[in-house]
Amino acid sequence: MSSAKEMQFKAPTGIAGFDEITSGGLPLGRTTLLVGGPGSGKTIFGVQFLIHGAGACKQPGIFVAFEESPKRLVHNLRGFGWKLAELQQEKLYFLDAQPMPDMIQAGTFDLSGMLAALSAKVKQMGAHRIVFDALDIVLALLPDEAARRREMNRLHHWLLDHELTALITAKEGGEDTSSAGQPFGFMQFMVDCSVVLNHRVDLGVSQRNLRVQKYRGSGFNEDESPFVIGKSGFDVAMARSLGRADAKVSNERVSSGVKRLDTMLGGGYYRGASVLITGFPGTAKTTLSGAFAEACCERGEPTMIVSFDSDGSEVVRNLTSVGIRLGRFVQSGCLRMVSARTFTGSAETLLVHIKTLAKEHEARCVVIDPVSALAKAGNELTAHAVAERLIDWSKGEGVTLVCTSLLDEISSESQSRTPLQISTIADTWIHLNYLVQAGERNRGMSIIKSRGTAHSNQVRELILSKDGVTLADIYTAGGEVLMGTMRWQKESAERVANEVAEVSAKLKRASLDAEEAVLEVRAKSLKTELLAKKAEKALLIRTTESRKREIAGGRVRMRELRGADMAKLAPVKEAKE
Amino acid sequence: MSNPGVNKPETFKFRLYVAGDTLNSGQAIANLRAICSVHLLGKHKIELIDVFREPGRAMEDRVFMTPTLVRLEPGPVERIIGTLSQTSLVLQVLGLGAPA
Repeated sequence: MSSAKEMQFKAPTGIAGFDEITSGGLPLGRTTLLVGGPGSGKTIFGVQFLIHGAGACKQPGIFVAFEESPKRLVHNLRGFGWKLAELQQEKLYFLDAQPMPDMIQAGTFDLSGMLAALSAKVKQMGAHRIVFDALDIVLALLPDEAARRREMNRLHHWLLDHELTALITAKEGGEDTSSAGQPFGFMQFMVDCSVVLNHRVDLGVSQRNLRVQKYRGSGFNEDESPFVIGKSGFDVAMARSLGRADAKVSNERVSSGVKRLDTMLGGGYYRGASVLITGFPGTAKTTLSGAFAEACCERGEPTMIVSFDSDGSEVVRNLTSVGIRLGRFVQSGCLRMVSARTFTGSAETLLVHIKTLAKEHEARCVVIDPVSALAKAGNELTAHAVAERLIDWSKGEGVTLVCTSLLDEISSESQSRTPLQISTIADTWIHLNYLVQAGERNRGMSIIKSRGTAHSNQVRELILSKDGVTLADIYTAGGEVLMGTMRWQKESAERVANEVAEVSAKLKRASLDAEEAVLEVRAKSLKTELLAKKAEKALLIRTTESRKREIAGGRVRMRELRGADMAKLAPVKEAKE
Repeated sequence: MSNPGVNKPETFKFRLYVAGDTLNSGQAIANLRAICSVHLLGKHKIELIDVFREPGRAMEDRVFMTPTLVRLEPGPVERIIGTLSQTSLVLQVLGLGAPA
């Protein structure tokens, strides 16, 4: 915001947005020129300036009406809910200065009469502010340019003498107001601040703009700022709120309503963050945002869902089918459903509507479904700026904002391009996609970005069931992502493969056991065989020897029997040894 | 309106609002007096109001442009703003003599 030092030279107008643009309001004690075409809101601006002065600033004011009778004016303004009657007379005086219709002019004249009358009134009321509405009407009566300049000068000096903060409104007349040839051209040089109001219609949608043309001795936002005339008067949108730097930054996390998504985001969305959910029609954008809303309500935070696609009750009913029960929160008043389908007007008007409703509800979480509805016909040019301001606003208020955005078939070519191009300023961007495969359409979800939070790079399958929203891992096989039935197939195939492997391992072991057993048996039999062989061998040796002995013994016996000599016995002994 | 009442019997009552001692004020006063002396000799009353001295009157009578001449009588009330320098127009409005 502006510094206190700067503020003391400003007269706040109480017009939302305008005081920010001019860092405080109109120049205090100086004159401001407000130029605009018919119906551009000059009178409303002027009255609002005086009402704020009379009420909040304790600066009584005078409204000099050249064009409309004060009675009609007050009647016309009653719709804004300003307490005109309360303020009138003492703090706010309407002077009927319409030129009388039957008045005849013969020769030149000046405005001294009016100024004298006003001097008296200013003194009596202690007025600080004054508005001359439609000064051009009275100037037009003056015979020539010189006379007009003289009267403007007279007025200017009178205002300076009385140290009044003045607002002079004048019709633009469709011509370039900056040309010095015109009376207001001259006035432009005289005044300290000049504001231009524009009203045009693009494709049947009314667009209002306000621009500060000059402001002596003060910085100001030079751009055209869209504004709307809403229920409570002017509301000027700021391209960038200057208070942005002061926005509360929170480390608190809020649940997205889907457990695994929270895990993927490392704990959920940041409080006050803006989340963008993009996807084709039917990719469960609404469901995902509904899950978020339910989680918010469960924490007891006032929440608002602005639905452009269907009525609030329809949304509630439809979400019940996926286990998101919002009806109870609508009843308790925690959740406010806004059917924005019935809203008409410019994107700017919609934004004001949303802001007003959110303020009424003191919403901490807001869902806009879809935000791309802002870019309806006639609003293409402004929608982006409006969406930006929506995010700015939510940040400024610390409101956690979830926007869904429709991607149409054309923009699907390049995923990085959202219709409103707000993906760059959103904090978290979740993209939902279809995967058509094997005769199925399955929903995939990925986090494209999430500022300041670690987040998973994995695509997850989004499964909607009557019990709620869950995420499932997907399979990638051969560079292809598998979801749905194919994922299930893959899962079961893997299960079967596991079983097969297990069984075959068992089998292998069994067969190995068998082989081992066989070998062991063989080893045993061989051993036995060996023993047998050994025994056989020993037996063989023994029998051979005994035979030899038998033979030798037999010979000896035979010799004995034959009576052979002793010398012949020796070889038998040798054999014995 | 274009009543050729040269010989109107009634008295004309005028109220002239001026703003101080300015050129416009002086011209208006002089022009009015000249017209009266030619056309309404002895049959007129002029009330002169200086809005700087009596700002309340200007507010009440809704006189915002000066000089303003109000013809109170004979009715209906007519208002002429300016220095009354366009004599023939003034005479026509006041119903004094047909345009020459």
